[in-house]
Amino acid sequence: MTDWPILSTVTFLPLVGAFLILLIRDEGDSARRNIRNVALLTTVFTFMLSLFIWAGFDYADTGFQMVEKADWLDSGISYHMGVDGISMLFVILTTFLMPLCILASWNSIEHRVKEYMIAFLILETLMIGVFTALDIVLFYVFFEAGLIPMFIIIGVWGGKRRVYASFKFFLYTLLGSVLMLLAIMAMFFQAGTTDIPTLLGHDFPAGMQLWLWLAFFASFAVKMPMWPVHTWLPDAHVEAPTAGSVILAGILLKMGGYGFLRFSLPMFPDASLYFQPLVFALSIVAIIYTSLVALMQEDMKKLIAYSSVAHMGFVTMGIFAMNQEGIQGSIFQMLSHGLVSGALFLCVGVIYDRMHTREIAAYGGLVNNMPKYAVVFMIFTMANVGLPGTSGFVGEFLTLLGVFRVNTWVALFAATGVILSAAYALWLYRKVIFGVLSKESLKGLLDLSTREKAVIYPLVVLVIFFGVYPAPIFDATAASVQALVNNVTVSLDAVPQPQPAIVQPAAAAPAAAH
Amino acid sequence: MYQAIVFLPLLGFLIVGLFGTSLGAKASEYITSGFLVISAVLSWVAFFAVGFGDTEVFTVPVLRFIESGSLQADWALRIDTLTVVMLVVVNTVSALVHIYSIGYMHHDPHRPRFFAYLSLFTFAMLMLVTADNLVQMFFGWEGVGLASYLLIGFWYKKPSANAAAIKAFVVNRVGDFGFILGIFGVFVLFGSVNFDTIFANAASVASAGAEAGAPGETVLNFLGYALDMQSALTVVCLLLFMGAMGKSAQVPLHTWLPDAMEGPTPVSALIHAATMVTAGVFMLARLSPIFELSHTALTVVTFVGAFTAFFAATVGLVQNDIKRVIAYSTCSQLGYMFVALGLGFYSAAIFHLFTHAFFKALLFLGSGSVIHAVSDEQDMRKMGGLRTLIPTTYWMMVIGTLALTGVGIPATIIGTAGFFSKDAIIEGAFVGHNAMAGFAFIALVVAAVMTSFYSWRLIFMTFHGRPRATADVMHHVHESPPVMLAPLFVLAAGSLFAGVIFHEYFIGHDYEHFWKAALFVLPDNHILHDFHEVPLWVKLAPFAAMLIGFGLAYQFYIRSPEMPRELAARHRGLYAFLLNKWYFDELYDFLLVNPAKRLGRFLWKTGDGRIIDGFGPDGVSARVIDVTRSVVRLQTGYLYHYAFVMLIGVAALVTWMMLGSSF
Repeated sequence: MTDWPILSTVTFLPLVGAFLILLIRDEGDSARRNIRNVALLTTVFTFMLSLFIWAGFDYADTGFQMVEKADWLDSGISYHMGVDGISMLFVILTTFLMPLCILASWNSIEHRVKEYMIAFLILETLMIGVFTALDIVLFYVFFEAGLIPMFIIIGVWGGKRRVYASFKFFLYTLLGSVLMLLAIMAMFFQAGTTDIPTLLGHDFPAGMQLWLWLAFFASFAVKMPMWPVHTWLPDAHVEAPTAGSVILAGILLKMGGYGFLRFSLPMFPDASLYFQPLVFALSIVAIIYTSLVALMQEDMKKLIAYSSVAHMGFVTMGIFAMNQEGIQGSIFQMLSHGLVSGALFLCVGVIYDRMHTREIAAYGGLVNNMPKYAVVFMIFTMANVGLPGTSGFVGEFLTLLGVFRVNTWVALFAATGVILSAAYALWLYRKVIFGVLSKESLKGLLDLSTREKAVIYPLVVLVIFFGVYPAPIFDATAASVQALVNNVTVSLDAVPQPQPAIVQPAAAAPAAAH
Repeated sequence: MYQAIVFLPLLGFLIVGLFGTSLGAKASEYITSGFLVISAVLSWVAFFAVGFGDTEVFTVPVLRFIESGSLQADWALRIDTLTVVMLVVVNTVSALVHIYSIGYMHHDPHRPRFFAYLSLFTFAMLMLVTADNLVQMFFGWEGVGLASYLLIGFWYKKPSANAAAIKAFVVNRVGDFGFILGIFGVFVLFGSVNFDTIFANAASVASAGAEAGAPGETVLNFLGYALDMQSALTVVCLLLFMGAMGKSAQVPLHTWLPDAMEGPTPVSALIHAATMVTAGVFMLARLSPIFELSHTALTVVTFVGAFTAFFAATVGLVQNDIKRVIAYSTCSQLGYMFVALGLGFYSAAIFHLFTHAFFKALLFLGSGSVIHAVSDEQDMRKMGGLRTLIPTTYWMMVIGTLALTGVGIPATIIGTAGFFSKDAIIEGAFVGHNAMAGFAFIALVVAAVMTSFYSWRLIFMTFHGRPRATADVMHHVHESPPVMLAPLFVLAAGSLFAGVIFHEYFIGHDYEHFWKAALFVLPDNHILHDFHEVPLWVKLAPFAAMLIGFGLAYQFYIRSPEMPRELAARHRGLYAFLLNKWYFDELYDFLLVNPAKRLGRFLWKTGDGRIIDGFGPDGVSARVIDVTRSVVRLQTGYLYHYAFVMLIGVAALVTWMMLGSSF
């Protein structure tokens, strides 16, 4: 496997598909059908190929695997690719969600199909690139270039206020990017390299770490999004086409968390510890604040968007708990949220395609004529609430556990999210699904079509599978996270601890018990 | 065998849940009920094998679950006496409720869905009681919550049912908030979530505490307080107890239970009387090795239990909905169980759980039979005089009432189920050693009077006196079909004889051999022995309470039926206070629900809209536009304007240079 550049193949395969689509003339229904088919085949094939990455992945290896390296621009910057336990599953998540997105756009996108599919395929390449790049400049290129197709997708195929939403999205993310670029340059001048594995071993001076951390934080916090730079997300979600929302919630939001794990934590451990209270505070505010806001929403997509912000609060909190449970929980939570929120947006898309409104008040009693839809929506609602047995629980539980070991106040406040999420999610479900089917306009709605089933059922299976048997994900991430935690603790032990670890786990006691 | 007991209901749920519509209602009913009957029979086999055999605790592994860092939680079935007692309760009642529902739900168009939910609930409950670690227990805990939510809201067209379903889920979540924090606390204290490890560590803490007796080092920093082992245990126990309060409807987290009566009556019998609501009791008994170490936590448990027993009984006195009366009775009886737990009298709590499952399920299914007879009317003011029309149901209800009120001959072993379990708890409260035991004793005896009163009031209002229903309804009154009556007979047998047969094992001479290591009590906890030695008047107190309650009810509802109305009119305030359930719902709406909504709207409109967006992207773009606009306005096109500005500029520049050079 090692001599075959599988990562590059998976990363750039979608571009080949995009190129093929470019050759098809966008005229008439048959051409459109061809375009859709090519896009679907490309993404399906990419997904199947990406499974080889998982298959060939060595769980015990804590370093980067399937590495490819070549000089680039003859400047010390190199084309360097590779995956470890932290990034590998995000690649799979990306390639898995893409075919579903193409299918979800099958009928709902009617104009400029060609450009739409090309934009999506380019986006896929850029997103995979983010997770596989091992050179910080390469990472930056992928990270920022991903903005452009998304900007276009929202701006061209979006709803009524799409231009406002796309500019807001762009303004926010650009601000963070500029700061990150400056930080990357500073790192290059300090360490003399842009190679990520080398940088991971480099000790940045403590004072400099703070500034670098802040610069990266600006970018990742916007992407996450963390409170208070989250307001672009509800607007972007509301205006984006269904598939755009899925990608936005499923993958783009994960880049921030991935960035924290790849850069902030291992490269600036002192600064991460220094800013830990800040991150905790913002996470708690995000969880409680946005959950309360979600309670009052009248637009389905906005409600789910706000709940996404709350769930990402769990992720940031878990990452900065800086222990095995917290970080593994965060990774799991990100993957799970990718499936669940993606699925929820698909569910909204199903009725939006029929009714062309996202007003919660426009619906009610759908269970009467859409029973299958009601069931899948219930499953995803419960996963969103974090019911054990669905994937939503595992991540939430572990992040809370991880943070409890560090700071009980944070765990206490964050756990209120458990109550609030139940309130808003069930309220939404009740208003849309339950009740009497009294609105005339709803009476003709049909249940899930075959295409919609093909999109949604795989997600149902995965959400429940990983809720019951999350071991595959923990096996894949365990070694890398362990190494990350060790690195961070080792470099932190060099400096005096600013606050005593809250907990002295009775580590000796269980040993004695056995 | 144990896998079959637990997973057959799951199989039934999956088959009927996935293919129910194509299988049809009949097949769905038979499949789920059939599996449940098999499960129930196997449970009894397991009960005798474990409870009366010599097998110690053992674990049946199933599958890996969450493994991260030092957290190891796998799917596994832990089998000991406590488990098999619960298996018997859950599967027996569930099987009977399945069968009963074939008749009760006969006219419902969504029967496959109903039976699938019932089986799903049973599976989740079985996972809860067989859990070998706290995470799996939490899975079952939330799983039964989900099933309860689905079944309360089963008639999804009724807005009240939907509201009640959400209320049940959210209030339970409030309890779960404590439960989950409690799990974390246990994990920190004992380094594991597996019961074996926890109990082993707790035992070493207990013996170490007995030797040292002094406050030890800090083991947990909770909310800024550095806690030693003793206080940390108290905190953890109280957090776990919060979960129990939610699930078992203890004040102040009880408000969801009466509303849950919106669900179909078999659901109320299974979930909201016999099994799910007792999960909290089970949890405390399961965790007795931890709770036993925290005297403070147990005192709180006693108080909450006693207060709930009293509170719910007072509300039960004046309710008019037949199911709500029984619901408050359940709430009150759960309070009894918590009192027993708080006194360290775990076996009595489980015994009462066991007997209560029979007679409360009987009362609920019986009331379902009544509701079925009077065309789905639930208001007792519109019943009356049904005794001769539905005699079998009447006698079943009377048996349930006899068992609930604990009829029996004091100081003998002749009595109904409640006579053994309830009286044991009351006597235990008399000899109990914690600060709340005295209060609990008085509260429970008073509650016993009220229990007897509202139970007989229910019987008298429903079955005696003149019919108050319309002639049309009375014309249609009919006895339920055999498929509904047969489960009643089984439960009636349990209500009458479960106490006589099993009391020696649960709380008597065969305690040691029956329970083995399933329940833990400290060496200085002698309540099991002491409660036999109470003075005669204590033994007679519950008996007297029962008689007084019966006498009052007879006076009020048979001898002079106008008395209740006069009394209510004379004490209008008190009556309204009780009828409105001490205004808990209104209080919560005022204190929590409405402020949360207002805050949400404020944060959305003002926080996100005006502040963040206002100073953020919108503000920035607006300022950019302002600035460009003023710049645009400067460009007037008049030459003399430009010349004037230029002149000012030159003057300013010259001035600055002159001043600047002079310094």
